Amino acid sequence: MNNTYFNALFFIGLPYVSLFTFFLVTIVRYRTRGFTYSSLSSQFLENRQHFWALMPFHYGILTVLTVHIAAFLVPRQVVWWNSVPARLWIMEIGMLAAGLLTLAGLVAAMVRRRRNHKIAVVTSPADWVVLALLLLQVLSGIGVAMMHPWGSSWFAIAVTPYLWSVATLNPSMAVVAVMPWMVKLHIINAFLVIGFFPFTRLVHILVAPNPYLWRRPQVVRWYRRPAAARG
Amino acid sequence: MDVRAQMSMVFHLDKCIGCHTCSIACKNIWTDRKGTDYMWWNNVETKPGTGYPTAWEDQDKYHGGWECEDGNLRLRSTSKTQTVFNIFHNPHQPSMDDYYEPWTYDYQHLFNAPEGPDQPTAVPISMVTGDLIQIKAGPNWDDDLGGSPVYAENDPNLAQLNPDQRAQMFAVERLMFFYLPRICNHCLNPGCVAACPSGALHKRGEDGIVLVDQKRCRGWRACIAACPYKKMYYNWQTGKSEKCILCFPRLETGQAPACFHSCVGRIRYLGVVLYDAERIREVAGLPQDELIEAQRSLILDPHDPAIARAAQQNGIHDAVVESARNSPTYRFVKDWKIALPLHAEHRTLPMLFYVPPMAPVMAQKNGSAVENVSDDLFHDIDEARAPIEYMAAMFGAGHAGKVRYALRKQKAVRWYRRALTVGDVNMATAERMLREADCSPAEAEAIYKLTSLCTFEERFVIPPMHREQAIEMLADPMAHKQGVGFGFIEGPRRGL
Ligand code: HEM
Ligand code: SF4
Ligand code: SF4
Repeated sequence: MNNTYFNALFFIGLPYVSLFTFFLVTIVRYRTRGFTYSSLSSQFLENRQHFWALMPFHYGILTVLTVHIAAFLVPRQVVWWNSVPARLWIMEIGMLAAGLLTLAGLVAAMVRRRRNHKIAVVTSPADWVVLALLLLQVLSGIGVAMMHPWGSSWFAIAVTPYLWSVATLNPSMAVVAVMPWMVKLHIINAFLVIGFFPFTRLVHILVAPNPYLWRRPQVVRWYRRPAAARG
Repeated sequence: MDVRAQMSMVFHLDKCIGCHTCSIACKNIWTDRKGTDYMWWNNVETKPGTGYPTAWEDQDKYHGGWECEDGNLRLRSTSKTQTVFNIFHNPHQPSMDDYYEPWTYDYQHLFNAPEGPDQPTAVPISMVTGDLIQIKAGPNWDDDLGGSPVYAENDPNLAQLNPDQRAQMFAVERLMFFYLPRICNHCLNPGCVAACPSGALHKRGEDGIVLVDQKRCRGWRACIAACPYKKMYYNWQTGKSEKCILCFPRLETGQAPACFHSCVGRIRYLGVVLYDAERIREVAGLPQDELIEAQRSLILDPHDPAIARAAQQNGIHDAVVESARNSPTYRFVKDWKIALPLHAEHRTLPMLFYVPPMAPVMAQKNGSAVENVSDDLFHDIDEARAPIEYMAAMFGAGHAGKVRYALRKQKAVRWYRRALTVGDVNMATAERMLREADCSPAEAEAIYKLTSLCTFEERFVIPPMHREQAIEMLADPMAHKQGVGFGFIEGPRRGL
């Protein structure tokens, strides 16, 4: 296959298709089928394996995701952090550990969905797509960490500019085009996750509660009182 | 003062015959859908017993309700910080095993079975998976003390009794039980609402009914652990929580809720009460022995012109205040003080009150003859087959005083009516009992009437709900015409 063609397809075409789908479908789904925005918890049907699957998975993925977002938003600070070798080691080992934690939780979640008949009843094909894509994502992420270390630094230096070029509608794939295949796989699959996101249970991430943290404990809804007098 | 209206209920336990008609009425209307199959928004349990879900009163296990330390009121099951860390896996969430796995029977087999030497049977199959199952428990497995050694003896309320009392209670000749029908209490300080991370759970300002906004609910399920009565349920199919809605669509059209309407024992009363919302937090944080009295003091006198004015200023319709004046709940709870909240110690300020049941009529066996009891009846309340401490654990927040008061008054009313109509007991004794029970003959008459001769209209005093002024006025009533009809504007389909 023509290499430039391949790169353009996956590093310019795919990102825009994915992002467009992501924004369009999440919004349309929220407005027309808002009822389906739920974590679709299955803890009620199985309570023990649930802990060992869902806890490590979420703690792991949220750590990894936060650092990815940090490297995207504040690359300089990340590079500054890594400028001291000890801190670089902490970062690399911490991230690898979080990745492995995610992997363990993910595999446990897959086994649970497969083995427990009650859970299988509430598992949709979309759940399997999500789990498979996430598995590939986590595996390729761990692969990158093992084969191409110091990712937290070169991500900030090389991948962040590429992502910004996509975000600012001026895509430049020069840097990613020469990345090793494992890194390419990780990037391509990430855009696949984003593209499938709005069709799956992943939308629960978007409705993660936050007003709860600062609201009053009791909630009262008035139907008849004018808005000004509500309390 | 912030006067609000609340639909409030009384269940007269002395009248419940344990027929479960209420549960069936509710089930057929609201919870016959997939995912709600295991739910009983209304259930009736035998006491002593472990109830549904199993041992729901054991808060060491379920962590429901509030606790108060040094004036700090906090939920037992969660806090804002804990919510952040436990949202992925709630450590206090009950699972289906704590309720039961709903089942049906393979009836088709009765028709389709090939010819053979044996009668075909309809085997039980799980309503969740469709697999064959061995039924191990049901929502009412310990009905009428069935399996007492496993169920009745593990009743969490027995913890308050000393070993002697326990042994006595289960001695064959003293065995007693009664029924405890339960729905959501539509609390004033609901744990479920306070725990809901999405703000989907809310209390309706106009009538105090606690509802889950199905669209806003995201299945974080913190409410289930937080309700000390385990009256929040998780719909495993839609991934949303559900609860008793006090049949608000029926109330809004002037009908009693289905469980009330169908109650065979006519034990249920419903009416609106006015209360002071400003004092909720203060009352919920009081020491345990003051809770019942303080909760009662939250309820305001609708006959007082000052209160009626304050209600009016707060936007409560005159018709609602008028309805509050006729509320049977007000009479049982405030005038007569014989209806008490269940497990008030969890500080949710439940608005369903129970008239505690009289223990079985006491008699003495003398040789082969059964004799009447002595004149000294008040001792008998304390020496009833069910120790007063047991009742107090449920209806007195652990303190016997309020329960004793309610039982004495009921007993006095009975003796008074007996003296009047049968005449085999001394009227002087009956009147002395009334006096000692803090009850006038007129009050005794009124209690008797509302207990025994009550009509439908006296039991259910439903204020006009003024839907014409309600939210629909702001929305286009034709918006969904020829769409999906009543109810869900969007089908309650499970997400992908
Ligand atoms: C923003 C914070 C997040 C919150 C509050 C959250 C919460 C939840 C909850 C409550 C569940 C249901 C667990 C159950 O069965 O009881 C869940 C499931 C799940 N979440 Fe999250 N989540 C978050 C972020 C994420 C992220 C970043 C991902 C991945 C990119 C993710 C992927 C999943 C998946 C795949 C499942 C289903 C697991 C299974 O197969 O059972 N979540 N999440
Ligand atoms: S009884 Fe009802 S209102 Fe009270 S905490 Fe439980 S679910 Fe909420
Ligand atoms: S219908 Fe009435 S009498 Fe029958 S079990 Fe229910 S509450 Fe008791």
